[in-house]
Amino acid sequence: MSAPFLILAAVTLIGACAAMLFRGLVHCALALAVAFAGIGALYLNLGAQFLGLAQLLVYVGAIAVLIVFVVLLTRGGDSDSPPLSPAPRQFTGILVAGAIFAILAWAIFHSFAIHTPGMPVPQATIRQLGVALMESYALPLEVIGLMLTAALIGAVLVAMKEKPGPQ
Amino acid sequence: MAIAWIVRYLWVIPTLPLLAAGISALLKQGQRRFAAVLAIASMSLSFVLAMVAFGHALLHPERVFVNFPWMQFGSEWVKLGWMLDPLAAVMLVMVTFVGLLIFIYSVGYMHHDENFTRFFCFLSLFAGAMLGLLIANSLLLLFMCWEVVGLTSYLLIGFWYERPAAAAAAKKAFIVTRIGDLGLLLGMVWLYGQTGTLLFYDHGAGCMEHAALSLLATQTVYFGMAASTGIALLIFCGAVGKSGQLPLHVWLPDAMEGPTPVSALIHAATMVAAGVYLVARVYPLMSVPPAASPGAPSAALEVVAWIGALTAVFAALVAVAQDDIKRILAYSTVSQLGYMMIGLGVGGVAVGIFHLIAHAFFKALLFLGAGSVIHGCMGEQDIREMGGLRKWMPVTFVTYAVGALALCGFPLFFSGFWSKDAILHAAYGWNISRGPFYLGAIGALLTAFYMTRQVCYVFFGTRRKDAVPDPIAPSEAAASDPLEAAHESPTTMTAPLALLALFAVLLGFIGTPAWPWLQGFLEMRHASWDFRQLAEDGLPQLMLASSLLVFAGLGLGWWIYGRRPIKHAADPDALERLQPAIFHALHQGLYVDQLYALTIQRPAWWAACFANWLEQWVWNGIPLALSAMVKGLGWIDFSLDRWVVNKGFDEGCDSVAGSGRLLSRLQDGSIQNYLRLVGAALAVLALFLLLGRRG
Amino acid sequence: MTPLAGCLLASSMLFAVGLAGALTRRNAILVLVGIELMLNAANLNFVAFWRFGPHSGALTGMVFVLFSIGVAAAEAAVGLALILAVYRHTKTTDLRQLIRRRG
Repeated sequence: MSAPFLILAAVTLIGACAAMLFRGLVHCALALAVAFAGIGALYLNLGAQFLGLAQLLVYVGAIAVLIVFVVLLTRGGDSDSPPLSPAPRQFTGILVAGAIFAILAWAIFHSFAIHTPGMPVPQATIRQLGVALMESYALPLEVIGLMLTAALIGAVLVAMKEKPGPQ
Repeated sequence: MAIAWIVRYLWVIPTLPLLAAGISALLKQGQRRFAAVLAIASMSLSFVLAMVAFGHALLHPERVFVNFPWMQFGSEWVKLGWMLDPLAAVMLVMVTFVGLLIFIYSVGYMHHDENFTRFFCFLSLFAGAMLGLLIANSLLLLFMCWEVVGLTSYLLIGFWYERPAAAAAAKKAFIVTRIGDLGLLLGMVWLYGQTGTLLFYDHGAGCMEHAALSLLATQTVYFGMAASTGIALLIFCGAVGKSGQLPLHVWLPDAMEGPTPVSALIHAATMVAAGVYLVARVYPLMSVPPAASPGAPSAALEVVAWIGALTAVFAALVAVAQDDIKRILAYSTVSQLGYMMIGLGVGGVAVGIFHLIAHAFFKALLFLGAGSVIHGCMGEQDIREMGGLRKWMPVTFVTYAVGALALCGFPLFFSGFWSKDAILHAAYGWNISRGPFYLGAIGALLTAFYMTRQVCYVFFGTRRKDAVPDPIAPSEAAASDPLEAAHESPTTMTAPLALLALFAVLLGFIGTPAWPWLQGFLEMRHASWDFRQLAEDGLPQLMLASSLLVFAGLGLGWWIYGRRPIKHAADPDALERLQPAIFHALHQGLYVDQLYALTIQRPAWWAACFANWLEQWVWNGIPLALSAMVKGLGWIDFSLDRWVVNKGFDEGCDSVAGSGRLLSRLQDGSIQNYLRLVGAALAVLALFLLLGRRG
Repeated sequence: MTPLAGCLLASSMLFAVGLAGALTRRNAILVLVGIELMLNAANLNFVAFWRFGPHSGALTGMVFVLFSIGVAAAEAAVGLALILAVYRHTKTTDLRQLIRRRG
């Protein structure tokens, strides 16, 4: 466990918590961006350079911004209630999440992951990635292209202002 | 031997009044003329037929009978039958003649009553049953008619049933005679058991014939008493009840609650005579000496004579102190019936029956006369309220006087003298004891005394009734006068009186010792005119003695009551002034009724209460307990059903619904909730998987 | 603690936080945010396993995550478009109110 890793992990987690805890929506969106960035950095730390940058590009650059846009567009809606209200529902959610985390942690600590020795950093050049995409994963590539197109069209259609019908 | 048509059709005589009764029962109250016509017509026809039968019996003085099988018991046949012999013939004529006269009298007497039709229906029913009783050749048939006669007596005593006194008297009559009838029934059963037949005469097989009688005489039962004596005494019980002998006489005075024609017909002339007739019918059984001592007289007849004697004196004593005109006559009837029993006991059938026939006529006359007096006094029956009526009701007075003299036994010209003398003569000659004779003599004195008292109270002296205006000119004819003054009764009432008075005189002559025609006829032997018979056998002394007794009684009565009659109704009786305690005891009938109330009615009441208690709690208790148990079980079942089964089911359904309601809260539409659940499920599942792996 | 375990733990924590937020927050956008966080945690898992597991040369983990990012983007776009559309109709993004209105 190297120090950079720890710092990056901490940043990410703090960002994530902030995103979930802040009252103002814009603050949440910005904290989310920080969390995304932290994850991107973690990818870089783990040696997946393209992935890290792709994460930054897509998540921070597009998705976080998109979220900010939507938050701004839906201003005037009710402001959120205090996040951690004493309502039992809220508490149940946290409890469930806590339970899941506990189980995962327990699984992790009892699994082989504890004993895996460190490995050398793998080679993951752009060239290798491109070749893999074109050769092994050509089909998923096309499919995802199709899916993105459909999602794009769908999102536009859904979010489009309805034209008033002939009256 | 061919049977004459009258004997073959003898059964028509009782059937005609029965038919009249049946048709009258269907008539409405308004059809009174038709009912009266039916009754009188049927009775007249029966009288005509009875005369024909009498003529036949005169020509052929023998016993003829017709038997027929009636009912089958297994292998045995019960037979019934009718017979015609001199006794039956004489009785038939008497009953139909007196009955006819009383029916005619009733038309006038009951004219104002609204239940006229019902009255004649019952009268006809009575007449039919009585006539049936007379011609019965079977003890069973006789008993059946006996019971119907008792029933009609009940119906007629309680004719005015709205009056509680009348209803009670009817009940009393029925119950008391029932006690006697029980004895009669037991005797009948015993007789049938011993002899196998209830027919009186059946060509040698009847129970009054020699074979049966000798069988009964030889059998001895308790205390060495022969079966014949036992059966005879039991049958006599029935006679004691029906004829009002001591101790079952208590119903006769109360029976005067019925209308006067009823008292005349039933309780003077005919029904009470049925007991005497019964004894006469079963006389062969009564008189058979016990086989053990053939010379001795029959014990049964001894009992009959003594009971008759005691009754005669007892009733005569009580009659002295009575105030109701009809009650005096009722006690007089009891007394005279006692005389008849003496006659039967000491002298035989003829002696008793002679007095029966004579008594029927003059007692009916007296009762009808009393009815005329009551009618004329607007319903007043207390003799202390009457007085001096001979001016207002002369015909009634004359006929009543004739009847009274006949009853007293005024010598020579009145039937009572000859019949009573026959009895006294036979009692004098009875070789067992002179007791009945002396008692009879005392009774004769008392009879004359109380009749004179009654006649003086009613017809002599001054008029005592208060609400009487100045006397209007008395008239003999009938009844278009205002209802305030005492008046003579209409002709429908006075004509029968006159006719009966005639017979009260003339009948005596058929039985005098000079020409004992009736006795001869009844005993089926020839009787001849013979004045010498008057002189023999101590008869003249006896006739003289009895005449003296009668004169003594008449004189005593006149001296006490005729010379100084009481002025006001409230004045005490002369005898009452002398001996108030004895007078009061006699007035109350020597407290016999009270004695019975204490000794019989009270225990019977207790027994009935006990039986009622048993019925309610013990016999009823078992079904009640069972039903309570079943009800309890049912209640348990119901409760179980309601509280356990139903409630359980309801609770189950409610809990299912509740849990459903609870579970439905999961489906609240909130995605976050669903997600929470999914997350929780995921955690649990993961846990299981991991743990499973471990294990 | 090996690096792999550390990574996995971190991603688990991230996942838990995202889940808690998705289950708890009332605003629809924030639920989406939570979902995005969960997705990212899973992606991190993949990358960690690619880095520290055998057969790193096959690049399987990386490619998967690449596609996952693409799919996440598409999904975020559509989801946000939906939120906008709903907002236009009901003038609110509050989940509780939306549920109530729907019955």
